[in-house]
Amino acid sequence: MTGDLLCYVYAVVDAPAPPLRAGTGVGGAAVETVELGELAAVVSAVDRNRFAPDSLRAELDDLDALEQLARAHHQVVDAVARQTPVAPLRLASILADRSDVVELLRVNRVMFVRALERTRGREEWGVKAYATAVEPPVAAGTGESAGGPGTAYLTRKRHQRDRSRRADHIREEHARRLHEMLTAHAVASTVYPPQHPRLSGCAEPMALNAAYLVGTADAEGLRVAAAEFDSPYLRIELTGPWAPYSFAEVSQP
Amino acid sequence: MTTSPLSHELLPAEPPHSPDWPGEEVALVDLLDRLLAGGVVLTGEVTISLAGVDLVHVSLRALVSSVSTLAARR
Repeated sequence: MTGDLLCYVYAVVDAPAPPLRAGTGVGGAAVETVELGELAAVVSAVDRNRFAPDSLRAELDDLDALEQLARAHHQVVDAVARQTPVAPLRLASILADRSDVVELLRVNRVMFVRALERTRGREEWGVKAYATAVEPPVAAGTGESAGGPGTAYLTRKRHQRDRSRRADHIREEHARRLHEMLTAHAVASTVYPPQHPRLSGCAEPMALNAAYLVGTADAEGLRVAAAEFDSPYLRIELTGPWAPYSFAEVSQP
Repeated sequence: MTTSPLSHELLPAEPPHSPDWPGEEVALVDLLDRLLAGGVVLTGEVTISLAGVDLVHVSLRALVSSVSTLAARR
């Protein structure tokens, strides 16, 4: 029987873990913990037919399937995060069985202990900034051109490009200042690449996609700071609180 | 001039959800940022030597970018 099952690992928490109210896992089995010393892995059994590497890869080559897995995974991690400090693992972190989970905890004890120290009493907030339609003012290029209409055309084009680049630069500068200011309110911050417009459904260019780790008591201060940031060139969106997905690893940028 | 923190208008954030709420109000795109690029990664470099074990980590970033038909998500 055990040969048919794999062990899906969601996160690591402090042991002894409280009885976790986390519902069922991604494969429909109950969420459980596997403990070793001061650490507990949050796991659930999953069917090998579906969750072995090749099967999973094939299944997830479909956004609906990926969404279903991501939301089921998030439901577990999010529920756990509300009950105890948590070091989340990446999506689809799967080991062969519980004894391998024990080994995982044994070999990586220091890393997980550090991750929990970093996230204890803290939560993550996401900030995204989109370019508004307001164009930053830049000086128009001079109309002077020596030479004929062809040169004038090329000169005009170059000036347009230069103005556009300068406008982008101003908008980026505002986004950079926003990120710096919010980072000063946070314990840690990290930046993600801009989201693909086809995934986000937003056509406007994304100037900032960042996450901030903040003590629970300081979250309000961060939110106020984001709300008070005054730039006509950026539309700011806040998401949270999140389980500290973005701050579990030591090597986060 | 002093203003109480309560007088500031906060940006709306995604609603706090109780354990009973489904995860649907979380935007998929925000979730994928965190689940595909965040979190502790189990890789071969993590020194786990477990005889006969398939240590699985599916690289999903490539999968997402290969999905050809994307509907706009909320």
